[in-house]
Amino acid sequence: MLEQLSLPEQAVLLMAAMVLFTSFALLAQTRLIATIHVFAWQGALLALTTVLVAMVSHESHLYISALVTLVLKAMLVPWILHRITERLGIERQVETIIQPSLVLLAAAALVVFSYYVALPIEKLSALVTRNAIAISMAVVLLGFLMMITRRQAITQVIGFMSMENGLLFAAVTSTYGMPMVVELGIAFDVLVATVLFGIFFLRIRESIDSLDVDRLNRLSESEETAEPRE
Amino acid sequence: MTIQSLILLLPLLGMAALAIIGHRPAAGWINILFCAATFAASLALVFQVLDHGSLFALHQLLYVDAVNVYLIVLTAFIALTTSLFSRPYMAHEVSQGRLSDARLRLYHAMYQGFMLAMLAALSSNNLGILWVAVEGATLTTVLLVSVYRTPEAVEAAWKYFILCGVGIALALFGTVLVYFAAAKFMPTAGDALSWTELHHRAALLDPVVLSIAFVFLLVGYGTKVGLVPMHQWLPDAHSEGPTPMSAILSGLLLNVALYTLVRFKMLVDGSLANGSHHNPALAGHMMIGFGIITFLTAALLIHRQRDIKRMYSYSSIEHMGLMTFAFGVGGPLATFAALVHMMTHSLTKSAIFITVGHASHIAASQRMDKIRGLIRTQPAVGWGLLIATAAICGFPPFGVFTSEFLVLSAAMKSWPWLTVPLVIGLVVGFAGLFRHLHPMVYGAAPENQQAVRVNMLPVFLHLLLVLWIGLSIPAFLAAWFDQATHMISGSALL
Repeated sequence: MLEQLSLPEQAVLLMAAMVLFTSFALLAQTRLIATIHVFAWQGALLALTTVLVAMVSHESHLYISALVTLVLKAMLVPWILHRITERLGIERQVETIIQPSLVLLAAAALVVFSYYVALPIEKLSALVTRNAIAISMAVVLLGFLMMITRRQAITQVIGFMSMENGLLFAAVTSTYGMPMVVELGIAFDVLVATVLFGIFFLRIRESIDSLDVDRLNRLSESEETAEPRE
Repeated sequence: MTIQSLILLLPLLGMAALAIIGHRPAAGWINILFCAATFAASLALVFQVLDHGSLFALHQLLYVDAVNVYLIVLTAFIALTTSLFSRPYMAHEVSQGRLSDARLRLYHAMYQGFMLAMLAALSSNNLGILWVAVEGATLTTVLLVSVYRTPEAVEAAWKYFILCGVGIALALFGTVLVYFAAAKFMPTAGDALSWTELHHRAALLDPVVLSIAFVFLLVGYGTKVGLVPMHQWLPDAHSEGPTPMSAILSGLLLNVALYTLVRFKMLVDGSLANGSHHNPALAGHMMIGFGIITFLTAALLIHRQRDIKRMYSYSSIEHMGLMTFAFGVGGPLATFAALVHMMTHSLTKSAIFITVGHASHIAASQRMDKIRGLIRTQPAVGWGLLIATAAICGFPPFGVFTSEFLVLSAAMKSWPWLTVPLVIGLVVGFAGLFRHLHPMVYGAAPENQQAVRVNMLPVFLHLLLVLWIGLSIPAFLAAWFDQATHMISGSALL
């Protein structure tokens, strides 16, 4: 099968594998700074993939979107997160993951599941797109898993942003990019979201004196856990 | 300059203006002014659409037909009446020292920003821009929820942010899949996200991809509708944000999210209709399932609430479940019922939240065991709350009764055995609301409980409209709903 593919198509498949690998790295990485760096690498890989696809498809607007991805996902957002960790004095923090081997096994199961879901699309499209859809779905689900297994607000946000990376990967590789207006809108939303997240970290820190979201438990239905509120 | 772009331009200007002067005493009036102008523009749009049919604007990026123009007017109207209530309410909050100048500015700017996002979502023809607008609505409301900066407000806003963020990301994945399925058949790339073009060629879209996409879209946009089990953010956001925001969240945002789902359901239905080995009503069945589970869960959870705004937000979830169910059943009768219910629920629920805002000012608390004897202290608020709650429970003279009755008849027609859980859910929800309401309005008032300055005009206006719909749906409104029903379900009811 592989010999039938052209060189750029094979390169796109390689990129897909690398992006998936960074997703696993994000799941397993416990040091905060290293997590941010892996996330930046994922953004860079995404930008590189976009350039590759742009070269194959000769869609000039993809170059702009590659540039936006590079600046935003690989540089600006990691930089903002970096600044925030410095400001909060938690650069050296190491997070404990409960049952790390179980989490990675679950992640592998999610990848298999994504391929299972993408299988019926087979007849519709070429090998590259089928793989791309399966892998981007896997990246989305792994980001989801990361948000579930982590307790730190910042790593949850990185999980969220890596979900968005998966989405952009799907948009770029399977469809040669969404129309420009949409991409710009999405990029803008991502930027605003990061800034908002930054504000939130400060506030969560102020109000519960920690970034451990497990301690956000005031709002609930049952009588015992909820504190009386005026 | 078309009216469609004007409807988006006005809130944008309002947002810019209020970001600068939103802390002045006159800001409440300016907010009302912009809302009134938007409402006037939306009325003008109605006449255009009713005269000329569907309209495009801005290189086909904006599209207005009978379905969304009705929601645009409803949105603009409720935003206007809520802004009338918001002015004295926020003045009271400022005098209590709960808000600083900067936060008041933020509140007013975000009020208009929220309007902008919702109107953009409603009038957009491009599925990508629709997504961007719904995400924008999320971001603005996060700021509104956290405006008080209490630990509870920060927690509520965080939950809202994370849950809706994940939801909306899944919805984007669904949108990408739809684009993927469409890109092959469309002459230009831009058309592959244009809803009108997609709807036109829905039969060509691959049914497998569209089914997978709809799962993601239902979970994604369903988070914003408040479907169980993705509903956790909704009661928190309602209870911790300022009350005017609760009114527009319940009355408007949930509708916009449901509207989005319905638009996608139309595409999926069109695509699945021609496949022989697929279940043609897959989208509808999923919506029925989610709808009925949401409806029953929320009805039960109403009983457990202690915070008055949380209780009514569960009632919103209950009603959104009912509407999702009705849209899922499909067919002219159920669709017509769902459209009417959207309107009656929005009007009644925003009236309730406005009254609740006054009630919690009187009692200086949102806890229901602290709110007592409203009718004795301030009859307008007490009776307002009682009547509005009776209306939302579906008591006969009000419009909610009409729409719920229509939903039940539609269910009886196509899914007879599902009427049993529906009726049980309605009774359970009714019991839950009245059980808590009774001591709040009738009980003896605590010592030195003072009446506050209230503006009950929006409440009685909304309730009168709901009563009018309940007694007799005006002919033009019925014709309008029928036109929308025809567009969604393919055949008219009347």
